[in-house]
Amino acid sequence: MSKSLAILGAGKLGITLGQLATKAGYNVFIAGSGAPDKIALTIKVLVPGATALTAEQAIAKSDVVILALPLGKYRSLPAAALQGKLVIDAMNYWWEVDGQDNELSNPSTSTSELIQACLPASRVVKALSHMGYHHLTDEAKPAGSTHRKAIAIAGDTKEDTDRVATLVDDLGFDPVYIGNLAKGKALEPGFPAFGANVDAKTLRELL
Amino acid sequence: MIRFGLDSFGDLPRNDKDKLMTHAEAIRQVIDEAVLADTLGIDVISLGEHHREDFAISSPETVLAGIATVTKNIKLASGVTVLSSDDPVRVFERFATVDALSNGRAQIILGRGSFTESFPLFGYDLQDYEVLFEEKVALFAQILKEKPVTWEGTTRAALDNADIFPKTESGRIHTSIGVGGSPQSVIRAARYNFPLMLAVIGGSPERFAPYIELYKEAAKEYGTSSDEIGIHSPGFIAETDEEAVRIAWPAHKKNFDRIGKDRGWPPMTKEHFDQEVEHGSLYIGSPETVAQKMAATIKALGVNRFDLVYGGGPMPASARLKMIELYATKVIPRVRELIGE
Repeated sequence: MSKSLAILGAGKLGITLGQLATKAGYNVFIAGSGAPDKIALTIKVLVPGATALTAEQAIAKSDVVILALPLGKYRSLPAAALQGKLVIDAMNYWWEVDGQDNELSNPSTSTSELIQACLPASRVVKALSHMGYHHLTDEAKPAGSTHRKAIAIAGDTKEDTDRVATLVDDLGFDPVYIGNLAKGKALEPGFPAFGANVDAKTLRELL
Repeated sequence: MIRFGLDSFGDLPRNDKDKLMTHAEAIRQVIDEAVLADTLGIDVISLGEHHREDFAISSPETVLAGIATVTKNIKLASGVTVLSSDDPVRVFERFATVDALSNGRAQIILGRGSFTESFPLFGYDLQDYEVLFEEKVALFAQILKEKPVTWEGTTRAALDNADIFPKTESGRIHTSIGVGGSPQSVIRAARYNFPLMLAVIGGSPERFAPYIELYKEAAKEYGTSSDEIGIHSPGFIAETDEEAVRIAWPAHKKNFDRIGKDRGWPPMTKEHFDQEVEHGSLYIGSPETVAQKMAATIKALGVNRFDLVYGGGPMPASARLKMIELYATKVIPRVRELIGE
C-alpha cells in the first residue's frame, strides 16, 4: 500500500520535509499559501515526485497532515477540512516573523495546545519542529545507521504518536516519545531541546 | 572568471589591548580592511546592515562612500540592503551617489534580511513582510532603468513620472537579490532578471544545488538570464588550521550564542562548530584547507562569485587584516588553480 502525506506550507521546512518524504516512498501533496500554480515550479524542481495542490485538496489526499506554515497564521488553518485528521505540528513561535503575539508567547500553554484548540476535531501531535531544516536535510539516515539523529514526539494517544514515530523513522530519524501534547513545550524556542541535532540518548538527556 | 569577495556586517573587533572596539573604531577598521583588500586585488567588498549593538554597520552605503574615495578597483556592494524596510527611491539615490564617488563601482544586493530589527525601528509591520519586499523589488527594478517612473502600490507614496537623480555614468547599477533559501525568493530573482546571491550560513552547501536549478528553470520560463550566481558563506583563515580554529571558535560562538539568545537557540557546542568546519558552511582553516573547501563548493554548485564573510564575532582586529592578506595572496590564487582557471 502506498503511503500518503499532506504538507501545508511550501517554505524551507515544508520543502525539506517533502524531499525527505518522497525519498522515503511517500506520495506527497504540498500546499502553499496561494494557488497551486504559484508553487508548481518550486515543487517540480525541489521536490520531484510531489504534487502541488490547494490546502483542501492536499488534506483530502492523506490522513496525516504536517503543518509547516508560519505559526502566526494558525488562526486561518482550514479546521473543517482537517476534521478527523492526524495533524503534525512542526511549527514554532518565531516572534521575528510572527510578530509579538501574547497568545503564542504565553508561558503556561504550549503552542501545539493552541493549535489543538483551534482544530478540536483533529488529533494534533507535535513533531519535526525542533531540528533546523538544513540539519533535517543533512542528517537523515536509514534506520540502524551509526550516529543517527533523533526527533522528539509529543502527543496524547499512543496510536497517534506511534504513527508519527513510524513517519519520523521513515524520514530518517530515531523517534523519541516525550509525553503528552503539553510536554511539547519543552521543544519550543528558549528550551534546551530547541535546535537539537543530536542522537536519541542525548535528546532524552536534554529533556 | 570567478569573482571573489569579502563580506562584513561591521562586527566589533578587539584592539591590540584585547578591548572591544567602539562602533566608530569598528567602522574605521572596515575602511582599513577595504583598502587592504583593494590593494591586494580582491574583486568586491559587501557590507550588510544590522541595527543592533554588536554590529557597527547600520548604514552600509555611507561606509561604502568612505571606502570609495580611498580605493581604486574594488567593487563596493551592500550585502544585503534590507529593501523591505527602506525606501527604494532613497536606496537608488544613495547607491547612485556611491557609484559617482567610486567611478562606477557601486553594487547592490537586495534582500529581505534574516534579521527583522529594522521593521519596528522604521515603523514597518512584520505582517507585511511579503508585500513590502514584493512591491519594493518591483519598483526598484523600474527605478534601475534610470528613466522617469510611474508607480502605484500600498507600501509607499505613488510616483507620477518621477525622475530620480543622480544618474549613473554606466546607466545601470549592478543589482542582485540575496536569498537565504526561500524558493519564492529564488523565483522572484529570476522573474526580475536579477543575479542570485545565495546566503549559505550553515549545513552542507551542496543542498543548495536544487535551488540553483530552480533559478535556472525559472529564468528559462521568464526568458531572463541566469548567468550570474554567487554564494556568501562565513569563514576565517590563519597560517594553520589550529590557529584558525583557536581564533575563530570563541568569536564565532560568542556571535552565535548572542543571536541564539534572542531566537531561543541553545548555545553552540564545539562539536557543532567542528561539524560545520568539517562538512558544513564554515570556511575556517589554513589557506590550503579553505581553498580546497571553497573550490569544492564552487564546483558542486557551479557558482561564479564567492563572498567570504570575514571577522564574525569579537575577533582581534590584527587577525582580520592577516586573514584578508591570506585570502588575497594564498586562498584566491589556489582556488583558481583548483578549479582550473
